[in-house]
Amino acid sequence: MINFNNFKNRFVLILVISMATAMISNGVYAESPNTFNRLMKKKPEHNLPPVKDGIHDPEGEGTLVLQPPKEAFSNLVKSKAGNYVDWVKSLKQGKISPRYDRLDPKAKPIIMDLNIVREVKGSMPDVVYPHAQHTEWLDCSNCHPAIFIPQKGANQISMASILLGQKCGVCHGKVAFPVTAKTCRTCHSKPKKKRKVVKTKAKK
Amino acid sequence: MNTLQNKRHNQFGIILIVLTITVAVLGSIQPVRAEYGDLVLNEIAEKEGMPPAIFPHWFHRIRFRCKVCHADLGFKFKAGGSGINMLKIIDGEYCGACHNGEIAWSVENCNLCHSGKEGLKTQVHGSTLNKLVVPAKAKKKAKK
Repeated sequence: MINFNNFKNRFVLILVISMATAMISNGVYAESPNTFNRLMKKKPEHNLPPVKDGIHDPEGEGTLVLQPPKEAFSNLVKSKAGNYVDWVKSLKQGKISPRYDRLDPKAKPIIMDLNIVREVKGSMPDVVYPHAQHTEWLDCSNCHPAIFIPQKGANQISMASILLGQKCGVCHGKVAFPVTAKTCRTCHSKPKKKRKVVKTKAKK
Repeated sequence: MNTLQNKRHNQFGIILIVLTITVAVLGSIQPVRAEYGDLVLNEIAEKEGMPPAIFPHWFHRIRFRCKVCHADLGFKFKAGGSGINMLKIIDGEYCGACHNGEIAWSVENCNLCHSGKEGLKTQVHGSTLNKLVVPAKAKKKAKK
């Protein structure tokens, strides 16, 4: 038997236990140089209460009073990214009724129902931009003319600029649904027209 | 012999304390898992001795459409870009348009907004920019 009254043995035991605890609690255990998906950021747990979310001071008096997002989202329509809430569907189905005016709960938005189709390069489906869903939330002046010039062909948009927070990226990727592999087809939703194969008859 | 044993006991105690602290510190380092769209606002807060303010977009968009703040109240589409300070708020501008004790709780509840951890920078939490494998800022630096 190992004698734990022995100083050395006790020390080793404590050392082993604390190292193991530290490793397990930090996930260091799995940190070999050849981990699977080295560059992919780990999928974090979502909708954590303010005390655990990493930006609120867990000991702040105010932090405990704040509403945990999970509670607020419990009856909303779910989605696969961002807040994991489909805000557009939640609004449409009447699960939320955000005010359009600061004071008047009955004020109704002015909806503009106009889809803009943007033909895109490459194999991705064309983009359909629906004014309707956007005017539910926003005023024309939020986008026009500072972000988008209201004229056909006047706006150069690329995914690179969106990812860097320009154009659609002013909201999408920050607050409105994020730019992830799961959300590409929300915008890229119109299949491209099949190219006509022109058959020419060989002259005899 | 007794004194030697006591000495060893003391050493043992010190080592135990050091190890416990190490484990506690390492264990408390957690990734940030705040809500998508949560804003940290720390342009002036910490310089003036207050914790950073945190604005939860999700909570507000359940109650108001974007237009109310971003068109009617003049909030810019940029974290920290509106130049908000407490004087403007008590004069009824920006947050103060609602947080005045009439539409929402008033400014004396300092720590409901100023609830951020020390040293956080102004940011939109969960933004695409933060998710890129090579952060956009690093790219810019590399070009220079």
